[in-house]
Amino acid sequence: MASVRMEGVQKVYPNGHVAAHGLDLEIRDGEFMVLVGPSGCGKSTALRMIAGLETPTSGKVFIGDQEVTQLPPQARDIAMVFQTYALYPHMTVRENLAFGLRMRGTSRDIIDRRVEQAARALALEQVLGRKPAQLSGGQRQRVALGRAIVREPKVFLFDEPLSNLDAKLRVDTRAELARLHRRLGATVVYVTHDQEEAMTLGWRVAVMRDGYLQQVAPPMELYRKPANQFVAGFVGSPAMNFLPGDIAPKGEIQRPGTTLGVRPHDIALVPQGSGDLDAWVDVVEPRGSELLVYLRLGATGDGTPLRVVAPPDPPIQEERHIGVKFDREKLHWFDNESGRRIG
Amino acid sequence: MPGAETRTGIERQEARIAWWLVSPALLTILLVALFPLLWTVWESLHLHDLRMPWLGQPFIGLDNYVEAFREPRFWGALGHTAFFAVTSVGLELLLGLWFALALNRAFRGRGLVRAAVLIPWAIPTVVSALLWRFMFEGQYGIANTALVKLGVLGEPLVWLIDPVLAWVPIILADVWKTTPFVALLLLAGLQNIDASLYEAARIDGASAWRQFRYITLPLLKPAILVALIFRTLDAFRVFDLIYALSGGGPGTSTEPIALYTFNALLQNLQFGYGSALSVIVFLITFGLALVYIRFLGAELTGARR
Amino acid sequence: MNGRRWWPSVALTILVIASAFPFYWAVVASFTPEARLFQAPSLFLTEPVLDHYRALFTERNFWLPIRNSLVVAGTTTALCVALGALCAYALARLQFPGKVPLLGFILAAGMFPQISVVSPLYLLLRELRLINTYPGLVLPYLTFAMPLTVWLLVGFFRQLPGELEEAAMVDGAGRLRAFWEVIVPLALPGIATTAILTFVYSWNEFLFALSFTLGPERQTVPVAIALFRGQYQIPWGQILAAAVVATLPVTLLVLAFQRRIVQGLTAGAVKG
Repeated sequence: MASVRMEGVQKVYPNGHVAAHGLDLEIRDGEFMVLVGPSGCGKSTALRMIAGLETPTSGKVFIGDQEVTQLPPQARDIAMVFQTYALYPHMTVRENLAFGLRMRGTSRDIIDRRVEQAARALALEQVLGRKPAQLSGGQRQRVALGRAIVREPKVFLFDEPLSNLDAKLRVDTRAELARLHRRLGATVVYVTHDQEEAMTLGWRVAVMRDGYLQQVAPPMELYRKPANQFVAGFVGSPAMNFLPGDIAPKGEIQRPGTTLGVRPHDIALVPQGSGDLDAWVDVVEPRGSELLVYLRLGATGDGTPLRVVAPPDPPIQEERHIGVKFDREKLHWFDNESGRRIG
Repeated sequence: MPGAETRTGIERQEARIAWWLVSPALLTILLVALFPLLWTVWESLHLHDLRMPWLGQPFIGLDNYVEAFREPRFWGALGHTAFFAVTSVGLELLLGLWFALALNRAFRGRGLVRAAVLIPWAIPTVVSALLWRFMFEGQYGIANTALVKLGVLGEPLVWLIDPVLAWVPIILADVWKTTPFVALLLLAGLQNIDASLYEAARIDGASAWRQFRYITLPLLKPAILVALIFRTLDAFRVFDLIYALSGGGPGTSTEPIALYTFNALLQNLQFGYGSALSVIVFLITFGLALVYIRFLGAELTGARR
Repeated sequence: MNGRRWWPSVALTILVIASAFPFYWAVVASFTPEARLFQAPSLFLTEPVLDHYRALFTERNFWLPIRNSLVVAGTTTALCVALGALCAYALARLQFPGKVPLLGFILAAGMFPQISVVSPLYLLLRELRLINTYPGLVLPYLTFAMPLTVWLLVGFFRQLPGELEEAAMVDGAGRLRAFWEVIVPLALPGIATTAILTFVYSWNEFLFALSFTLGPERQTVPVAIALFRGQYQIPWGQILAAAVVATLPVTLLVLAFQRRIVQGLTAGAVKG
């Protein structure tokens, strides 16, 4: 096992697009690090630079104590699970699992033993003789995982490995990945665009946007103390509400030039006139355990929109007036200029 | 492969591997295509007659070109080539489009059709030229017999000794051989058109003609252009077909530029003059090819990822 | 709607008959006695005779051009596919400066007219004493076959997902190993298609074969057939028999792989 370190890593593509602006990131030995962000934020490029599939324009990449910036992938002792799995279609599952070991000249009996082990751990024993085309989506995903595991590499790299699975399988596999990581104790760098996946899997989560790191922190810290308005809006579901800082609730100081952020879970619905502000109920979406209520601030239906999560009882009527009350402990203020959190 | 310790960077290493991989094929092409081409240009500026070696190979500037431009047979050959290209390519595109539309509609028998249309393509051009010559040969070939029986002709014609009629089997043979290819190209284009566009158009009340005019034709334009340029380039190089079918005759009335050049080179052994003709043929096709590369440019640069 | 359904069938019937008829007619005629060839042609074979075929292989030794064609087309194809595959892989998959102009150059090289290099090639081959030899045909054939092969293979290699080689490289294979272990097996159908197309084009080539051979001992099939024209009379029966024999192997090959060939023809959009 080993740590991974990026020092001032920059990537500029020939067409001028900058995918990474001087990234500094340390992934500790045995850590599960998730890189998350919207598509095009540079997270995949960062992962591919750790893998050696792309070379940084400047800066350095270390695996353990060794600088690997200019090493090709095969010299880095890493394993990678691709979004499309990239299983070799002309090889059986067994050959797919053995390929990486074979390329490294591992002896036959060690290959056999490790392949058997991995197959048992991933419930692939029955399909070892099949080709990838004859497998279900979940099985393919497990073969891709197995191909990484048998290698016992220094670092595991995952590039959106769950995005081709259906919703239920994704949740199951997510838990399986967490268990696997606990058992192997390996260093993992995991890329996803799904903030929920990032929050549930990562020991720490690195949020990226437009080639810049926004914040690197454990999941709950990201949620409670987002470094800036982008992170605040990206993490958490439903997304945080942002209001102009001068629509201050009663008793709060108005803060012109700022934006007020409140999570939908941190707002309570109260009778009209008894809360901090009044609002108009636009749409109510029942979600089983809770209601998601879309409001418009003010008396008419065209004020600033606001999302609130409310308990399923009592029911809430659409197209009525209502009051909202903010949880004072959980307000976030952001500077309009820099987007940074100021309180 | 270079060791992992190189500090030159993965990208430079990749580039080095790439050039190693490319070089055998590239050197071959340079050796057998580009180098001879430059040699042709050099030859074309010299007097070089293999029948008169005592003249040596003096440099004569553009005299060979001047001679060509003064030679009526050259202009005739150029005219024949252009006529052949325009007529045959025009017919092939029209027929090819019609067949492609039919193939796109048909649900059964596509395999049979595909097999049938590949026959003309697979037959050596020389052989197909001879087949058509055989059908139009003499007074009692099958073409004459059929046309007389059908009442199209009052009496049999002798096609191949008439300077105008000789074009009929030539053009027919070319159309026969290459229309299937054009149809397949256009069919591939048609199959790329999203079927839901037609459904939307039908819901909007567009007639079949309007669907063709406003959906099929515009979306098929790239495929049509590719076919057009390929076929034109090919038609300009026509050699085998006419060599075997009419030999350029009667006289030189069906002689294309490639055959004229060939005769200058390997019959009259005028290598300087023949090379000048070669360069002219090259320049004409090169001009046409430039259009094509320009057209395919987007596809070329969309290299990877 | 239904009223319009008839025309595609009509078009396709015409297409099939028109495509097949000349060849069918050649087959019928090749079994017809010479004396009856131009008298009251009959659409069907009545009393087939083998005279023309017998003459073809006894009087003319048609085996010789067949052998020549096989050697020349086979060698050309093998050389082109071997060298072309390496080149095409680099062009399809590696990033290097000069790649795009190189692709353009190869495409252009595949399109320039053969006639424009006949004179220097003739002088060159004469200098090397290669006129009327197998290498003296294979070498010129590379002018059109190599760009064609490279161009087709680039298309096939590009169709394969790039992540497969990336996976192989992460798994520890170098570039060339990844090419050999992953790309080549997967591209095998495309490579086979390319080989067939290259073979067919080489088998059918005429201008170079005519220019760079002197006598029957190295003539290829198309040249041999074209020069059948006897001194006084054209031996049509034998020409047609030869046409059938010359076309048969290529036709069978093409019919066996028709689906792939159509794919290759339209994807690479090569010359007809």
